[in-house]
Amino acid sequence: MPKKTYRQAINEALRQEMERDHRVILMGEDISGGMGAPGEQDAWGGPLGVTKGIMPVFTRDRVLDTPITESAFIGAAAGAAATGLRPVAELMFVDFMGVCFDQIFNQAAKFKYMFGGKAVTPLTIRTMYGAGFRAASQHSQCLYPLFTHIPGLKVALPSNAYEAKGLLATAIRDDDPVMFFEHKAMYDDEAEVPDEAYTIPFGEANVTREGDDVTIIAFGRMVNFANEAADNLEKSGISCTVVDPRTTSPLDRDTILETCEETGRVVVVDEAHPRCNMATDIAAMCAQEIFGALKAPVKMVTGYHCPVPFSPALEDLYVPNAAKIEAAVREVAGKGH
Amino acid sequence: MQLSRDDLLEAYRKMRMIREFEDAVHEEFSAGNIPGFVHLYAGEEASGVGVCMHLDDRDAIASTHRGHGHCIAKNCDERAMMFEIFGRKEGLCGGKGGSMHIADMSKGMMGANGIVGGGPPLICGAALSAKYLKTGGVAIAFVGDGASNQGTTFESYNLAKVWNLPAIFVVEDNGYAESTASKWSVAGSQVDRAKGFGMPSYDVDGHDFFAVWEAAREAIERARNDGGPSLIHSRLNRYYGHFEGDAISYKAPGEIEKVKAEKDAIMLFRNRVSEAGLLDGPAMDAVDKACRERIAQVLAEAKAGAMPTEADLLTDVYTSAY
Amino acid sequence: MSDAIQMIVMPKWGLAMQEGMVAQWHVAEGAKITKGQEIVDIETSKIANVFESPISGTLRRLVVKDGETVPVAYLIGVVAEESVTDAEIDAFVEDFKANFVFDAAGAGGPEPEDATTAAGRIRYLEMGDGEGAPIVFIHGYGGDLNNWMFNQEELSAGHKTYAVDLPGHGGSTKDVGDMGLRGLAAAVVAFMDTKDIAKAHLVGHSMGGATALLLALEQPDRVASATLVAPAALGDEINMDYINGFIEEKRAKKLRPVLEMLVGDPSLISKDMVEDVLKFKRLDGVDAALKKLRDALMPGGKQAGSLRDGLAGLKVPVQILWGEVDQVLPVGHSEGLPASIKVTRFAGVGHMPHMEKAAETNELIRALAG
Repeated sequence: MPKKTYRQAINEALRQEMERDHRVILMGEDISGGMGAPGEQDAWGGPLGVTKGIMPVFTRDRVLDTPITESAFIGAAAGAAATGLRPVAELMFVDFMGVCFDQIFNQAAKFKYMFGGKAVTPLTIRTMYGAGFRAASQHSQCLYPLFTHIPGLKVALPSNAYEAKGLLATAIRDDDPVMFFEHKAMYDDEAEVPDEAYTIPFGEANVTREGDDVTIIAFGRMVNFANEAADNLEKSGISCTVVDPRTTSPLDRDTILETCEETGRVVVVDEAHPRCNMATDIAAMCAQEIFGALKAPVKMVTGYHCPVPFSPALEDLYVPNAAKIEAAVREVAGKGH
Repeated sequence: MQLSRDDLLEAYRKMRMIREFEDAVHEEFSAGNIPGFVHLYAGEEASGVGVCMHLDDRDAIASTHRGHGHCIAKNCDERAMMFEIFGRKEGLCGGKGGSMHIADMSKGMMGANGIVGGGPPLICGAALSAKYLKTGGVAIAFVGDGASNQGTTFESYNLAKVWNLPAIFVVEDNGYAESTASKWSVAGSQVDRAKGFGMPSYDVDGHDFFAVWEAAREAIERARNDGGPSLIHSRLNRYYGHFEGDAISYKAPGEIEKVKAEKDAIMLFRNRVSEAGLLDGPAMDAVDKACRERIAQVLAEAKAGAMPTEADLLTDVYTSAY
Repeated sequence: MSDAIQMIVMPKWGLAMQEGMVAQWHVAEGAKITKGQEIVDIETSKIANVFESPISGTLRRLVVKDGETVPVAYLIGVVAEESVTDAEIDAFVEDFKANFVFDAAGAGGPEPEDATTAAGRIRYLEMGDGEGAPIVFIHGYGGDLNNWMFNQEELSAGHKTYAVDLPGHGGSTKDVGDMGLRGLAAAVVAFMDTKDIAKAHLVGHSMGGATALLLALEQPDRVASATLVAPAALGDEINMDYINGFIEEKRAKKLRPVLEMLVGDPSLISKDMVEDVLKFKRLDGVDAALKKLRDALMPGGKQAGSLRDGLAGLKVPVQILWGEVDQVLPVGHSEGLPASIKVTRFAGVGHMPHMEKAAETNELIRALAG
């Protein structure tokens, strides 16, 4: 199977879905680039080149560069979705939700319910998240917990290129608004990705490692760190189950609780700030549902309760990594170095 | 393009139906029979109806807090509307939306909106759909003078112009954003704002059905012919408070009574068509009677309608599997 | 390299294999080994199996010890004549280690290609070279060309070989139209036409076995011989729990017990194998294709169109292999056949003799195909 980067996988999913359904259109700031400018057209393909090459194939009728106007174009994407199109809007950095959140959580997310079921909003919003890019406080946040909180939205966090292509196809074909989170530090990461189109269902966790001692639930990019930690720990006799929930909404509670119950020792890895994030959500779930099966307190490995810092020295401290996960696992396993 | 006798009768019927509907809701709310908030459109009828007389189901509108009139103007069923306002299961939105979110996508009514300035971006999307799918449709955002100061509204003016969308922004300026006067809160003028974005604009007396109808005709025709967006500043008055229960103490004494006596939209319409010999009094009286009876009937039915049950609480959150 | 020194390297089993672990050597240093002899157990993330020696001679050095993992094509053992000194072998091994470059992309093996045929896109893997008719491997329901990972490379010494993905499977077109067995057979012929294969030794498993048999019966001029591994269409029974489970189960945990029905020893089904099947099933069009094939080939939960009655008139050599604990197609279907058809049964083996008893299967194919 051919190897492709996270970036290529997303690009390929967009192309295949656009080929499959003429109602699929793209919009966003500089998603093609050079609009109205005298120089190169398709100059950017998004700031990190994810959508590069799509406009020349599908024309500017279907790849719409927007002014820098998130409120208007995210709202327009919601309105277009409610009236017959299947827009894929790119919110360049999820941090920019601050200037368009209303259009997502008050409008798109609620049409269906407020209108008594008589609205369909097949909207996909692709957005970059995450630290590790020295992009500082306003370009590095995770924020998916905020969207997970909102009924009516679905939230996907692909952890590698294979997952990205399949989950994006599912998002675009889904009839509900989906927030699709792409970790900006993963665009060059490679995985085996089929050339053919495929879908990965939402709400079905992927168990990436099967072990007996500790269950690690990890989200998005953290899945890779969790796998790395699990592989290292295996060598010292601690075997871990690693679960990638794939989507935080819907959330595969069954698989999470089952795997946590099996080991009774749980580490949750979430790059987001530590309060009201996915880690606290899962810790609460374990406390409520499988308290009796827990052999140790649930341990969270998360970012900190501070804005994401700029200085590499500080940012490296901020982001969870395999070593931190390993230490957490050893702690809940009751086995030190 | 001319208004036929049937068109005039239909315009009159809708304005009268809105008035009867809102008066009835006012009374029921005062009597404590309606839950939550309602924001009434009485007094503004000529604006919504004058615009929507040009529209059909391929066209979309987004409304405001004050959405009942836009619904009726856009052919939503007043019976289902009344059920909705009473929170009944048979309501237009199954009782889940209520007055502030009343909508009927099948009629191109994209919802009253609880967020001031929520509508303009949405209709940019509806206009994009119409343009891309080549339906010939247009999309219209009704915004109040309050929403006219929201960033979403300005951003939408810009996007609609940049994308050359078949979009029309109708600023229904009733003089007050909640309790705050628009002559204080709005810098510059609505039409000058439109000019700043390179959009054709119209300043009309929103009590005058014919003035609104004519401006809307031009704007909508331009939009249907790929001529891009326009703005209509519709100056008018509301007869009730911002919401029901508002004591309206911020208005001058006699302000509303003076408008009712001199500029009432329905009165102006009747006078105009009677003087021109287009419709006769008895025909319009018959419409009045029919609307009154219809509202009395749907009101009685809505009050007796069944409430949604626990089985309805968690439905309609998602369309695809969750 | 001196002809006196020969290498045994980590094999490449399946397209995704990049490394393997030497689980256990069955032979000691100094042992005389023969080509085809089972010499070492090798495990990958996808599968564990016994490796047959590709060469004969004296095994002078076990370069990779039990429990060690090395990349594909890495030297695991050295076979050398008595005249070669230990020092020479040491030097040879050191030289190999110093110069070994792991080719992750190719990992030493050929890559599958697409053929545009009258039946649509057919993906195939081509290996080997030889004068006679080539061998064409045809997988079963839900399978793909990787199912022959223990057979194709082995049989490519002396034959040109092709493993194909049938329509609806692997990397081939997912448009199966209203294809039944005859349609699948036509697709194989379309592939042979595209590749200018006049006549082939067909090796078919299960549904692919029925496909090969149909061709042997109806187009004997295109078939040099047919080896049918647990073939369908010799009776009406089939385990629909397997078929329907294969189609319906979308989660690894639920799919695993279904796939375990395929083999005598369930531990053969690795986590990665389950994952690969899930990945296949997620491809656009696969679900519909699998259901269409099921409904055409097994309407009402029974196999349609038994070919048993035609067997007496076979004009080409045909043999049948079957596992005695096959849970998908009953081994009893191998009974009561014309004497001209050689039947080999394997004790303790399930529905996948070509994987579960690869060495014996390869031997039998070689015997028939020459």
